[in-house]
Amino acid sequence: MTMHQKEHRVILKHADEPGYTPDIECYLKHGGYANLKKAFAMKPEEVCKEVELSGIRGRGGAGFPAGMKWKFLDRKSGKPIYLICNADESEPGTFKDRQIIHKDPHQLVEGMMISAYAIQAKLAFIYIREEMPYGAKLLQKAIEEARAKNFLGDNILGSGYSCELIVHRGAAAYICGEETGLIESIEGKRAYPRIKPPYFPAALGLYQCPTIVNNVETLCHVVHVVENGGEAYSKLGTPGNSGTRIWSLSGHVQNPGYYEIECGKATYGDLIYDIGGGLRPGRKLQALIPGGSSSKVIRGGERFQGKLRDGTPFDWGVEDIPLDFDSPMAVGSMSGSGAVVVIDDSVDIVEVLANINAFYAHESCGQCTPCREGSLWMKKITTRMCKGDARPGDADLLASIGDQIAGRTICAHGEACAWPTQSFIAKFKDKFLEKAQRNGERMGDIPLI
Amino acid sequence: MSDAKDNLISIFIDDVEVKVPAGINLVDAAEMAGKEIPHFCYHKHLPVSGNCRMCLVEVGTPGRDRATGEPILDENGVQKIMWMPKPIIACATNASPGMHVRTQSNIIKHCREGIMEFLLLNHPLDCPICDQAGECRLQEFATDYGRGYSRCAEDKNVKPKRTKLGPRVILDDERCILCSRCVRFCSDVMNDGVLGFTERGSYSTLTCFPGRELDNNYSLNTVDLCPVGALTSTDFRFKMRSWFLKETKSICTESSVGVNTVVNSREGVIYRIKPRENVEVNDSWMSDSGRLLYKQVAMESRMSDYTIEGKPVTPDEALQEAARLLSSGKSAFIGSANSSVEEQWMLAQIIKKTGDSVPCWLVAHVGEGDGFLISEDRTPNFRGALLTGLTDKMPEDKLSALGAAIDAGEIDTLFSYNECPIAAGLSVEQIKKVKFIYMGTHHCDASQYAAVELPGLTVFEKKGTFINQQFRLQRFEQAVPSEGTLNDIKSLSAVLAAVSSAKSVPECVDSIWQAMSQSIAPFKDISFNSISDNGVLVDGSAFEHLPFVEGKSLHYEPKA
Repeated sequence: MTMHQKEHRVILKHADEPGYTPDIECYLKHGGYANLKKAFAMKPEEVCKEVELSGIRGRGGAGFPAGMKWKFLDRKSGKPIYLICNADESEPGTFKDRQIIHKDPHQLVEGMMISAYAIQAKLAFIYIREEMPYGAKLLQKAIEEARAKNFLGDNILGSGYSCELIVHRGAAAYICGEETGLIESIEGKRAYPRIKPPYFPAALGLYQCPTIVNNVETLCHVVHVVENGGEAYSKLGTPGNSGTRIWSLSGHVQNPGYYEIECGKATYGDLIYDIGGGLRPGRKLQALIPGGSSSKVIRGGERFQGKLRDGTPFDWGVEDIPLDFDSPMAVGSMSGSGAVVVIDDSVDIVEVLANINAFYAHESCGQCTPCREGSLWMKKITTRMCKGDARPGDADLLASIGDQIAGRTICAHGEACAWPTQSFIAKFKDKFLEKAQRNGERMGDIPLI
Repeated sequence: MSDAKDNLISIFIDDVEVKVPAGINLVDAAEMAGKEIPHFCYHKHLPVSGNCRMCLVEVGTPGRDRATGEPILDENGVQKIMWMPKPIIACATNASPGMHVRTQSNIIKHCREGIMEFLLLNHPLDCPICDQAGECRLQEFATDYGRGYSRCAEDKNVKPKRTKLGPRVILDDERCILCSRCVRFCSDVMNDGVLGFTERGSYSTLTCFPGRELDNNYSLNTVDLCPVGALTSTDFRFKMRSWFLKETKSICTESSVGVNTVVNSREGVIYRIKPRENVEVNDSWMSDSGRLLYKQVAMESRMSDYTIEGKPVTPDEALQEAARLLSSGKSAFIGSANSSVEEQWMLAQIIKKTGDSVPCWLVAHVGEGDGFLISEDRTPNFRGALLTGLTDKMPEDKLSALGAAIDAGEIDTLFSYNECPIAAGLSVEQIKKVKFIYMGTHHCDASQYAAVELPGLTVFEKKGTFINQQFRLQRFEQAVPSEGTLNDIKSLSAVLAAVSSAKSVPECVDSIWQAMSQSIAPFKDISFNSISDNGVLVDGSAFEHLPFVEGKSLHYEPKA
């Protein structure tokens, strides 16, 4: 895969170079683990400071500043600290972490060991989803190679600091991507997310000890923060949206794939039409899912007016929205996990929602009432609508079910399952009402989960 | 207790100021203020899981400037309340000073309606044939907070029915609202994690782990905990509608723990026993074995006839004959730690009047303790025997000294109350050698040799008190009437009146307490009606030297 000129590759710099292999020799040849040595020459607090200065925000979905997350760690309790890498990448449309793990696993190992040193973790875990068995194998191999070179394990590089890294494979549940569900899963329990308060991982995480959970991409960025210094790194991208992001582009575009772009230096239009090669001939953009299937949908042709957080007014079409953290939020959605799904006018939008609803109903853990019952109810309704029994009241009913879920659940899966329905109805109510008029049309062969 | 009182803080529930202990959760705080925050999964004696989301409330705290820590004031100079953007669950939120809670706002009403709609979505609504109907939280809250109509046009989920979880508990998964109370009880209270969920989302199904059974001796607590009719008791199932049942406060006689109970009966028939909350004794729990004790009321071996030498006589004739036998010659008494405090006191008076120099014999009933709610001493009231002066030493396994006294011809009459002398180690020959008076609830191996038989009442047919292992005086009430059998106290007072020259003897629980409160120091100022539902601790320090058999159990530590 050749790099597009609008791309700026930091994390995936070498990943697609011919001859670049996931073994340690290749990584070392490309300057690998130099930053680990650099970090270990610094004090842990200094590394934390650099990460804070870099302004790097979590790439898993919430976009929370990593440096601040690390600051929340409860260090007074005297309990051991754990670091967990969330490699349970399962938001539909997202396939960026997979590239890192498959093509450059040592970058993750290095990023993790630097982070572990910075927060003085006693033990580190990579929680990798069950559906990435090859990735788990590669990581395991990378860990063994790194241990042989004393980049992890006992007394790392003679620093006196020791930390083991363990690969933990999930068992194929989306909810394990929720950090407290993930923690329960590592503890060997059913992945029921914990109630917050009191179980904030930074205070009461894994085994009730302070724990940091970061995304794969976020931890890899730590390597480059150390390499360039936090201040310099923060110059990448735009203020408040520093660094690069890997966007997973899928759907009805000519060139779907993963693209690493400096934050805010390109727009959704650039990604879809320039980098992604545009839609298929004769097709129009019907809808855009800007950050993974749980993010609120945007309708093709929409215009957004308002003010950014710093007061700058904006007037954007869909194509003008900058690719960063804050802009999708400013238009009422989110960049989430960076999964951009393009939907052209060839599909029935109700069927799109039916498919999304089927996913969230299937993945609801079943712990708390609104998400458990609401997600399946919404699935049942949208499936019925697609099977030729749509009713005029369905749109309003769906929206009100969504309203009864969002904000009332233990974890963010409540929002994740409610937002698609709420936004699809808000943006495409006409299509849902129309569906009830053309009940004769049966859904095609799109298999629901 | 005084600590909690010192730490009272002010919070505002629906704008009404209430004083609550610091750190208390908002469900309990609201309850103290007389407000109900509806909930399904929260239970005072279980870890918080926060999954039902029924207890969502709006919470605000007095605003403070983040940088300076100064209070943020509104235009009137009053500290501003910073309301949280989303409703939060009351069960997992602790009261903090100045906290404001809204339990009745439109948002909260909408939350509760939503939760009720979701919970009823896949619920079978088979209340007419459901045992829980009438005492069902889902039913109650559906009335209070539900919409009253269904918007669901889809098919309901189908789940397993009539699953046998164990010998005493049956599960209907379709009724289950997945609150996880039973799961938490097994894993966190009993340390016997046999229950769990399989499947995901709305298809989640409660079940036992493969190859396991819910068969511990506390399994029926899951039935009590179940807020709906998902878990039902094999014993009680389909026997009686709950609204017909009368509730009587009682005490479990299984062991010296003195578990607080409620006896459910209708028209003189007991249908089940449930635990009654007492945070000093049994929290909200009781054993399965204790729940079966009501069956003794209608057992075939139940004694009903007053007899002299095996021939039925009137109660009065039998009692006079017993008094005559006790007054002539030397008598020995076997008392019981199964009797109530009042009965033990009456027996002690009779022993005093018959001039017996032999102390009252007490038989030990010792079993294995479970460290929870069944103690080693399998009688409910040994401490009562100590305080009423019936004995001053530990009960004995075998009454061999009494047997020797009979063999030596030192005993003419043996009065045994609620104890079988043969089980206590006496031989048939020894019993035949004396005039044997047996007073008890059930026939025993020895009763056929009795010169006089005096039927007695079970704990369910009388009222009285027991003193448990903590020296906690606890009251039980009469649940069902006794037909044709005199109250034990009436019988004993008749005997006492006959053997003594006293003009009047106490004939009821209240008059016995009048007498006891004057003559027994630890009972000073206590009357039967003054004993609260949680019981009263009485001074047992005079007996500290005794080697009590009880080991550690819930809320009880043996003295080192």
